[in-house]
Amino acid sequence: MKLNLKIWRQKDAKTPGKFVDYALDHVSPEMSFLEMLDVLNEELVKKGEEPVAFDHDCREGICGSCGVVINGKAHGGQVNTTTCQLYMRHYNDGDTVLIEPFRARAFPVVKDLCVDRQSLDRVVKAGGYISAHVGSAVDGNTIPIGKELAEKAFDAGTCIQCGACVAACKNASAMLFTSAQTQRLNLLPQGKVELSRRVTRMIAAMDEEKFGACTNEAECSAVCPKGISFKNITEMNHNYLKSSLE
Amino acid sequence: MKLDAQVPGGQLSEKWKKHKSAMKLVNPANRRKHTVLIVGTGLAGASAAAALGEAGYKVKAFFYHESPRRAHSIAAQGGINAAKNYQNDGDSVDRLFYDTIKGGDFRAREANVYRLAEVSANIIDHCVALGVPFAREYGGQLSNRSFGGTQVSRTFYARGQTGQQLLLGAYSAMMRQVDEGNVEIYSRREMLEIVVVNGVCRGVIIRNLLTGEIESHSGDAVILATGGYSNVYYLSTNAKYSNVTATWRAYKKGAGFANPCFTQIHPTCIPVAGEYQSKLTLMSESLRNDGRVWVPKKAGDNRAASQIPDADRDYYLERRYPGFGNLVPRDVASRAAKSVCDEGRGVGASKQAVFLDFSDAIKRLGQPAIESKYGNLFEIYQQITDENPYEVPMRMYPAPHYTMGGLWVDYHLMSNIPGLFVAGEANFSDHGANRLGASALMQGLADGYFVLPYTIANYIGGTKIEAVSIDSSDFKAARAEAQGRIDKLLGMRGKKTVTEIHRRLGRVMWDAVGMSRSRPGLEKAIKDIRSLREEFWTDVSVPGDKNNLNPELEMAGRVADFLEFGEVMAMDALAREESCGGHFREEHQTPENEAKRDDEKFAHVAVWEYQGEQKAPVRHQEPLKFEVVHLAARNYK
Repeated sequence: MKLNLKIWRQKDAKTPGKFVDYALDHVSPEMSFLEMLDVLNEELVKKGEEPVAFDHDCREGICGSCGVVINGKAHGGQVNTTTCQLYMRHYNDGDTVLIEPFRARAFPVVKDLCVDRQSLDRVVKAGGYISAHVGSAVDGNTIPIGKELAEKAFDAGTCIQCGACVAACKNASAMLFTSAQTQRLNLLPQGKVELSRRVTRMIAAMDEEKFGACTNEAECSAVCPKGISFKNITEMNHNYLKSSLE
Repeated sequence: MKLDAQVPGGQLSEKWKKHKSAMKLVNPANRRKHTVLIVGTGLAGASAAAALGEAGYKVKAFFYHESPRRAHSIAAQGGINAAKNYQNDGDSVDRLFYDTIKGGDFRAREANVYRLAEVSANIIDHCVALGVPFAREYGGQLSNRSFGGTQVSRTFYARGQTGQQLLLGAYSAMMRQVDEGNVEIYSRREMLEIVVVNGVCRGVIIRNLLTGEIESHSGDAVILATGGYSNVYYLSTNAKYSNVTATWRAYKKGAGFANPCFTQIHPTCIPVAGEYQSKLTLMSESLRNDGRVWVPKKAGDNRAASQIPDADRDYYLERRYPGFGNLVPRDVASRAAKSVCDEGRGVGASKQAVFLDFSDAIKRLGQPAIESKYGNLFEIYQQITDENPYEVPMRMYPAPHYTMGGLWVDYHLMSNIPGLFVAGEANFSDHGANRLGASALMQGLADGYFVLPYTIANYIGGTKIEAVSIDSSDFKAARAEAQGRIDKLLGMRGKKTVTEIHRRLGRVMWDAVGMSRSRPGLEKAIKDIRSLREEFWTDVSVPGDKNNLNPELEMAGRVADFLEFGEVMAMDALAREESCGGHFREEHQTPENEAKRDDEKFAHVAVWEYQGEQKAPVRHQEPLKFEVVHLAARNYK
């Protein structure tokens, strides 16, 4: 099939960007979305032009590097699908495909479709951990954790830190991300000890990074490629409220 | 080249225990005066950074991703082994040790492997403490499953995302140290050189991928935790950016490269679909717990899987290896798949695939049970192939997945260059000629959490480390070298793309240095690699500039290194005149087509030493002495 691509090109963080049109022939339905961009890039290199920079690595939906907004939807709008796992069989001959970076104040564009999401690492740094010394742990089975509880914590822990939730939110809020990070630990007995400190500090860090506030639209969980539940936000809010009354 | 493995004396089971008490220490107040540079933040790098930061050293961690949590360890699926014997099925440290040595076809160092088995249980405990949500039974106890090459259930897992959960544990532990000011992280940085001063590794040259700036960092010790080199095959299960550059650059500065031909071709990956395919996707080995592998008995049987009755199916692993059945080790399973496909009995459009069939397990356990065990893997499969594996069997073919070879290290995980340590997949130490499933995560975390904190202290505590300036001539020279290579690459205005050459290198490596190797094939490959290298340096085009993000330039540097490394890999395969583990030489097989080792001539580690441009590297040997294990033919029948 043939596609008309409109891709955001931007030299670096300081230079203003713009959409550039590319026509691409011979796109096959078995190609992944990123392989389609690979083909475009090889054509550009052969013409001596600079290829389109986009973040990617594992190409199996787990590293969280990739992520662009495709026709207005973060990761392209397929359910539970990262950009790298999106296949061209979802497109038709002659389609126009608009590709742009995730946009948020806390995610500055570094080039073309690549953004800087280190603000999320700084939120984790503020408390997204359990303080356990190497070498001091007791036997794993001395902390029994019910199957359902372990599964629930796990569900929150499947977040890949791609930032689609932020890109989809009209406030560019990082509440879904942050709540996934707090709840994957808050739910576990090992994580309860630092719960208050964790929630308080991570929410403060989120504000410091200039992520917006949550207004309960749930756009975040709608685009989340890992299906992180919106309930995490409710639970984190509950923990936050309780912590602030302590 | 001096290769002293530094294995402590005494009984095998007592070595590590005794040695830990004998090693030098660094006073807690003095630790902050020592800087440790860590390259790579996968399981090995992040856990080392967390543990050393916690101990009080000043740690700097470098990674080329934007976030340290994106390292490829995150993609590991199946699990992590530990000798806990929670299942009461006869597991022990001795057994995990023996399985690993035997799985590696008796080509690993006994003392290192024993230590690995010994600390395995501590890893699980520590990860639980960090909040890793391992699978649990209803009663709250940790759950286990089986993996290839063992007859016990010792694999701990977190659905099909064990690597992700373990890396989150290590990453979050490292971020705690960032928060406490002990670890500094450097994002979007690629190591281009190590710096050796008076024979000692004292620093690294790093390129800032966003600004192109060439930075120098000095320290008291350097740890490379930069993963493996499966991408030399172009198509592999590795992430696109995984590369050999850091270890290759260290090799060119004098570090020995051990057993480069020991690569693991994983038996269960989604087969190649099209010409533009950029990577291959692994399906966890754990699937072989419930999936049965088969092909039609007759070549050219084109019926759909459901139309082929049991009588016309060949469950070839169960037939050939009744003792282990579908759970034979990876090298054995991969070779068996290749041989049935070579006989024309492969399935699917390309005929380069075998079935992995869950219908019996679904009948026996019900679909919900299969879903809860493997749900996310089935989803990935369907997303890629557009086929529903609950209804039709998966199609699988082997693909490059892991590399057992790596920089040579001694018992302390230090290379032959003092001060340069190597951890995780980047070193050669524990898996011999074939790694068992669920042992990579174990090794990465063992190295980072439980070995390096001791051996780094021993090195720093026992060595007089002089002050060094990044303005010294050694640093300047290393910077100039890195910069020169970048300028040379950017000056290239040929007609071919870097990817084009990489793809062709991959083809050469896969055909000649893949699952089956022969003298004529390897000799031809060496010539082909040389001419590809020449073509690269005359006819490739690298657009863009060096002062901002330029992924094409980054890739060009990595492919240039693969083009040199591939040749040494082929030379190593040529020199090893035996078959062992993943290294199968057609000239050396039994009448039943099983690998035939030659313990008399090749019970050693082959270590390659760089001699300079245009000069053949020299092959050294570290003899493997087996004090406890009796060398036997590997039998999984």
